Amino acid sequence: MAAAQVVRSEWTKIRSVASTVWTLSLAVVVTIALGMLISALSKNEFETMSARDRLAFDPTFISFAGMSLGQLAMIVFGVLVVSNEYSTGMIRASLAAVPRRGTFLSGKLTVATALALVVSMATGFAAFFLGQAMLGEHKASIGDAGVLRAVIGGGLYMTLIALFSMGVAAMLRSPMLSLGILMPFFFLISNILGNVDATKKVGRFLPDQAGSKIMQVVPPLEDETPYGPWGGLGIMALWVVAALIGGYVLLQRRDAQ
Amino acid sequence: MIELEGLTKRYGEKVAVDRLTFTVRPGIVTGFLGPNGAGKSTTMRMILGLDRPTAGDVRIDGTHYDRLKDPLTYIGALLEAKGVHPGRSAYHHLLCLAQSNKIPRRRVHEVLDTVGLTAVARKKAKGFSLGMGQRLGIAAALLGDPRILMFDEPVNGLDPEGIHWIRTLMKSLAAQGRTVFVSSHLMSEMALTADHLVVIGQGRLLADTSMAEFIEHNSRSYVRVRSPQRERLLDVLHQAGITAVENGNGSLEVDGSKAEYIGELAARNQLVLHELSSQQASLEEAFMRLTAESVEYHAHSGAPEPRQQWGDDWRRG
Amino acid sequence: MIEAVGLTKRYGDKTAVYNLSFQVRPGAVTGFLGPNGSGKSTTMRMILGLDNPTAGQVTIGGYPYRRLPNAPRQVGALLDAKAVHGGRSARNHLLSLAQLSGIPARRVDEVLGVVGLHDVARRRSKGFSLGMGQRLGIAAALLGDPQVLLFDEPVNGLDPEGILWVRNLMKSLAAQGRTVFVSSHLMSEMAVTADHLIVIGRGQLLADMSVTAFISANSADFARVRTPDTEPQQREKLSAAITEAGGHVLPEQDGALRVTGLPLPRISDIAHDSDVRLWELSPHQASLEEAYMRMTQGAVDYRSTIDQKEGLQQPLPPGTQPPLPVPGQGQPGWYAPPPAPPGGQPFAVPQGAPVQPPAGPYGAQGAPGAAPGAPAPNPYAQPAPPAPQGPAPAAAPAAPPAADLTKPEDAR
Repeated sequence: MAAAQVVRSEWTKIRSVASTVWTLSLAVVVTIALGMLISALSKNEFETMSARDRLAFDPTFISFAGMSLGQLAMIVFGVLVVSNEYSTGMIRASLAAVPRRGTFLSGKLTVATALALVVSMATGFAAFFLGQAMLGEHKASIGDAGVLRAVIGGGLYMTLIALFSMGVAAMLRSPMLSLGILMPFFFLISNILGNVDATKKVGRFLPDQAGSKIMQVVPPLEDETPYGPWGGLGIMALWVVAALIGGYVLLQRRDAQ
Repeated sequence: MIELEGLTKRYGEKVAVDRLTFTVRPGIVTGFLGPNGAGKSTTMRMILGLDRPTAGDVRIDGTHYDRLKDPLTYIGALLEAKGVHPGRSAYHHLLCLAQSNKIPRRRVHEVLDTVGLTAVARKKAKGFSLGMGQRLGIAAALLGDPRILMFDEPVNGLDPEGIHWIRTLMKSLAAQGRTVFVSSHLMSEMALTADHLVVIGQGRLLADTSMAEFIEHNSRSYVRVRSPQRERLLDVLHQAGITAVENGNGSLEVDGSKAEYIGELAARNQLVLHELSSQQASLEEAFMRLTAESVEYHAHSGAPEPRQQWGDDWRRG
Repeated sequence: MIEAVGLTKRYGDKTAVYNLSFQVRPGAVTGFLGPNGSGKSTTMRMILGLDNPTAGQVTIGGYPYRRLPNAPRQVGALLDAKAVHGGRSARNHLLSLAQLSGIPARRVDEVLGVVGLHDVARRRSKGFSLGMGQRLGIAAALLGDPQVLLFDEPVNGLDPEGILWVRNLMKSLAAQGRTVFVSSHLMSEMAVTADHLIVIGRGQLLADMSVTAFISANSADFARVRTPDTEPQQREKLSAAITEAGGHVLPEQDGALRVTGLPLPRISDIAHDSDVRLWELSPHQASLEEAYMRMTQGAVDYRSTIDQKEGLQQPLPPGTQPPLPVPGQGQPGWYAPPPAPPGGQPFAVPQGAPVQPPAGPYGAQGAPGAAPGAPAPNPYAQPAPPAPQGPAPAAAPAAPPAADLTKPEDAR
């Protein structure tokens, strides 16, 4: 079974459902729009900031502020790509057509990840430039040290979020269950763990917190994070790998439905 | 050819399929019968590699399903549930299946045409009726022009024209030398379609015989005789040691004798016969007899009686 | 008794049901047949007051459904098996229906017993199979012990045991003097269940008659005659004698003769006169399906076609040329079309209904191989050997161009 056939087939699948378009466009629009809004607000606030805060002012990171909401749409995209197979019963036809489940899953993930990567990268650059435009004289330039890394990292971060969701959905199969776990986790639980002193040390190693380190150019004052930008993205990648392995192993072992 | 050998599936304590061994041969339509919960669907899923057998083996033309290169070109299947993304069009549904098995795009248009869905091919499957969903499933099964076809309850939701069409289709597929394996609850439909039967009950093989043999073994057959000289006929039969039972409408039912023999007997005795026909019970009757013990749950037979229990008292109110 | 007078329903400029008049009488099972999209469901819905007729009216026991006093105890219906709140148990579902119409709770347990759902009565209906949902729907229909019952595709999803049960249930309900009105696509099932038929096509009445009359009117009966296998000359002799007497003889593959145009006693006499012994003399009636197909062939909304398979161009492996199917041999469904009834209008079709010439069986325009511009031989449509008479049994009829797809099948 040529992998190319499976990839072509999965590309047909992903482009022929409306959910692909609306989840991805929602991710793009929310990330960029919210980033622009917060950038504009930050510009106005800059005047009233303390010197300490001005020192830690990170225009690049601010323009990515929309990602905290935009990533939720990315999660929905990742979950639906995989769990739709189960909720519609399509999985039976899919696995009958491609009985080698490893080939099936990798084909699906390749296509969805590639699409997510393209969209995320475009979103990352757009969010950066449009955000900087809002920031006026406080803006960062793409040529500044670490900025290009942060922008590309932003794209990678969004892609990895989608891929992580795909792995989780492959394990859980149900779209409701997957979204019910992932959405509150990224939107609430991770934030709470990261902001309460007692749990801060653990929270730092959660996928989104570790991964978002790559988007920082100016580190916060008294930064105690034990990893750098790429280290953080590596931690996130480990989470993703774990989720994918879990999904793969369960798909191999379980009956189709 | 589909070969099952000791195929077994357990879900925890419950045995869904119990050491099934049989072969589905090419060139004929093989019916797959059994009451609800007998394990038919589980067996079909295991054939397609969707469920893993707890024990035993199933092979498609001698090969394990997951070793087949482009499996849709070997075996096409229509499984019970709709199994289509509601937001995807019939065309794209078939296209993605075709692409995964290197089947040309033109073939997608062809099978859409074959099942009569061309006009709605670009519409989302959401709006499809049960019958249209069924046609789409049949299209998917035909997609790879496979040598083996498997249909689970193919006539579900189809109208008489569709039922007639799928029946003729299955027979012509078999006549081309293909292997056709069909499950159905509609005995009358099966009687018209299948040449061979595999019957299971509670996961175990109950019968694996030709249709004719199955009916013969599991039901009563008799000869119906009608004659204007009824009394003489009765005498002649009696003299030959044949017992005949009178049927309400003036005909006689003779058990245990061949029509040929009775015809000769009548000719020898110069008897006029107005009917001489071999009667056989229906497939349904034969099936009921065979599976009587293995039906999982029974409805009470007959009318919603007894009415007196709950009486007329409340009806008047 | 259900009575429709000039019943008409239009959706915009599409007429779903047109000027339908019929009566469904008590004491019999009346089958309601028609192709997909012919207006069966719409008619059923109008009977139950769910849809308003554009013109005409339909009454039950003299009243339109909505003005029927205590309707749930007069009329029971199974329309859509799955119209149950998924989270509710079967028992609670029925209980809520019972309470609406003042039916005591013990009746709920009774009907649950009748349909065999006692053991799962307290389970949430979400986990029900199609067959169980169907049984629950039938229980709801029986709840009020109604005199009039309507069933739409009642055997959907049931297993053979359930199918037999539903059939006997409907017959016994009719035997109790109730009015039973059943729609179904399963002709073989209808043939053994219904006493009377109402057939519609494209929203218009095509037939309203007893099952036997319907079959006789729309198909031809024949007699199967067999002479001793050991003496082939007897067969020739009988064949000649029957032809001479005005009968029509067709040899069958297994050596029997198919005789039309003569009643059985007459054939018996001819055999006797020509000194031929008979090994078989049996009457054959065409199936309800066959009769139905002949009648509705002009009224089918959409059709399947033969499989061209040009997209594959993959020749069958050598040596697998299909063994040709043999009509009348172990394949009772492979119709050799019955000869057209001699003369006259063979269909009991009211004027104005679309009628096609009875040339082929079931509208086999474009029979296999006849399609121009189809270069590749079509293996799916491998023609049956020319049937004894008429064109080959079509593998699948070709699509008529004017397919109306706005409501292709009885969806929902």
